[in-house]
Amino acid sequence: MFDAAQKPLIEVSGLKMYFPITAGVFRRHVGDVKAVDNVSFTIFEGETLGLVGESGCGKSTCGRAILRLYEPTAGAVRIDGTDVIAASADTLRQMRPKMQMVFQDPQASLNPRMTVAAIIGEPLDEHTKLSKAEKLAKIYALMDQVGLNRDFANRYPHEFSGGQRQRIGIARALALNPRFIVCDEPIAALDVSIQAQVVNLLEELQDRLGLTYLFISHDLSMVRHIADRVAVMYLGQIVELAPRDAIYAEPLHPYTQALLSAVPEPDPDTERTRRRVVLTGDVPSPANPPKGCNFCTRCPKAMAICHQIEPTFQEITPGRFVSCHLYEQTAGQAAAPGASPEHIQKTIQQGE
Amino acid sequence: MPDGALPVLEVEGLKTVFRTRGGEVHAVNSVSFNLRPGELLGVVGESGSGKSVTMMSLIGLLPSPPADVRGGRVAFDGLDLLHCTSDQLRAVRGPGIGFIFQDPMTSLNPVFTVGYQLREPLIKHMGMTKAQAQIRAQELLELVGIPDAGRRLRDYPHQFSGGMRQRVMIAIALACDPKVLIADEPTTALDVTIQAQILELVKELREKLGMAIIWITHDLGVIAGIADRVMVMYGGQVVEQGPVSEVFHRPRHPYTRALLKTVPSVRGERAAKLNVIEGQPPILRAEPSACAFRDRCAQTFGHCAAANPQRYPVGPGHDAACFWDFDTGAPRPIDAIAGAAHV
Repeated sequence: MFDAAQKPLIEVSGLKMYFPITAGVFRRHVGDVKAVDNVSFTIFEGETLGLVGESGCGKSTCGRAILRLYEPTAGAVRIDGTDVIAASADTLRQMRPKMQMVFQDPQASLNPRMTVAAIIGEPLDEHTKLSKAEKLAKIYALMDQVGLNRDFANRYPHEFSGGQRQRIGIARALALNPRFIVCDEPIAALDVSIQAQVVNLLEELQDRLGLTYLFISHDLSMVRHIADRVAVMYLGQIVELAPRDAIYAEPLHPYTQALLSAVPEPDPDTERTRRRVVLTGDVPSPANPPKGCNFCTRCPKAMAICHQIEPTFQEITPGRFVSCHLYEQTAGQAAAPGASPEHIQKTIQQGE
Repeated sequence: MPDGALPVLEVEGLKTVFRTRGGEVHAVNSVSFNLRPGELLGVVGESGSGKSVTMMSLIGLLPSPPADVRGGRVAFDGLDLLHCTSDQLRAVRGPGIGFIFQDPMTSLNPVFTVGYQLREPLIKHMGMTKAQAQIRAQELLELVGIPDAGRRLRDYPHQFSGGMRQRVMIAIALACDPKVLIADEPTTALDVTIQAQILELVKELREKLGMAIIWITHDLGVIAGIADRVMVMYGGQVVEQGPVSEVFHRPRHPYTRALLKTVPSVRGERAAKLNVIEGQPPILRAEPSACAFRDRCAQTFGHCAAANPQRYPVGPGHDAACFWDFDTGAPRPIDAIAGAAHV
């Protein structure tokens, strides 16, 4: 999966998505909710990047901002070389077929008044000039592809179960032969036995169609199964990004360590003897993140420097990125205030 | 946990039916189980398997209509809860059986302070004065690990985070020192790091207070960590029940076996392809006359469509409702399993 010659399909650099907080009659701008704060990563062609984190960490916002379903505050997202963020409305519309999305809640993302055929066919109406017969043939082909019975084409979403509804959502996303799909918690609303069915379908489609996925999820065990590389988000920032096997075998960032140790294991023997890293407290508000490292308020390994200076997101070993003072060569032994890391940080914050 | 002690809660042949416009839905079909003092019983199953409905039927929390508890016996504290007056039931809820609901945001009243909601059961059930209740409420918040408890009593639910709200729910359920605590998916709405905090808290409280707990979840990992005994539900029935290590290491019902295999892990070997349970859970329009799992079962054979299997002992304290005997690799005699061989 990872030869060096592999071509990046998605390049995200310095992506920021701030939602303004306003107050008073004149809606004075008093602050920002920094939902996504300076996030950079690439996704290679044919790869699945898992994006994990707890609720409110900005992972869904990040996925939506990449497809420009939100207008990001700053940053660039290049999909196959073209910047989506800077694109004009016309260019963006031409790019839409290449990038699609599968939403979390199949109940809320399918129009209850449209039949399955109409839902799957809508993108075809918008972006292609197929004849009626061609369109129907395409709809049937898509339904076969995701394992839906053709006879159900004229039924409405409420007549389907959760897993089947998610299949309708996937068929709709596939209608225009996309290259890149953002899967925003596609299995969170489904039962355990149905989750496996949908994940297997997504993997099968990837093999057959050469799709690239950004798989957003809070379920670390499912991400381990589907992703090639994994990015961990906390409070709007990526704290660690590494190949899947490396990150699960040896997590570097204290947050990743705590997150992995918190996942309960379906085995009574290991579960009783295992020692957990139990984090204290809750996630701080993204409107008012702590000074220094975002994680310093809950980090079991926090040092003095963590409360002062924000760590930089850097490559520790090839392919492994982490944002933590424990691994910063320059920060090393308790750097004096005003030393280089702070300087670097300032230039990054002003530069973007 | 103490074996042989008299159960605090005994449920036998519980049946609950919902009358809907589309006909009847048989949500709970002859569920029997018991709960020993000080024990933590885990209940697992998919959504719609009847786990929440079973527990809510026990203490009359389902609105009727549409719910109709048709039969069975629920013995608690010398009472049959299914034949109690609503006053008797109200006296049981709280001091007898405490309930923690799944979603702390919707089950706390947003217009009353947390202090008011904590004092309410203390005044109503325990006959405390307001001042006494205030002191006890503060102790309870401290017990569940909420810092600065005295001041937090004056806060409203929205001023708490998800994990803290769930702690408040636990504190309310504990307010009257219940003998039995029923927790309905108490950590499902929470993040994993917060879930870990709540699980540690429950383990600690259990040692301190020694109550019996029924813990409903769909997460097998959670069960593995805290339960003494597991009960697996499917299609409104208990399909397997036994001590936690027995059920996890020697599952004897095909559904339990499949369920344990579908869950990927964050540790150990990574499977190349996920195991799948094909098909959908059944919608129970009538009381099942055959095995509810047979359409999705890998082991299915002639008997399965002919009769509905009943639970049958398969190991020490361990029983399963299946015609297939995994130990001998052969079917069991149909008469022994299909008869009313309630365990």
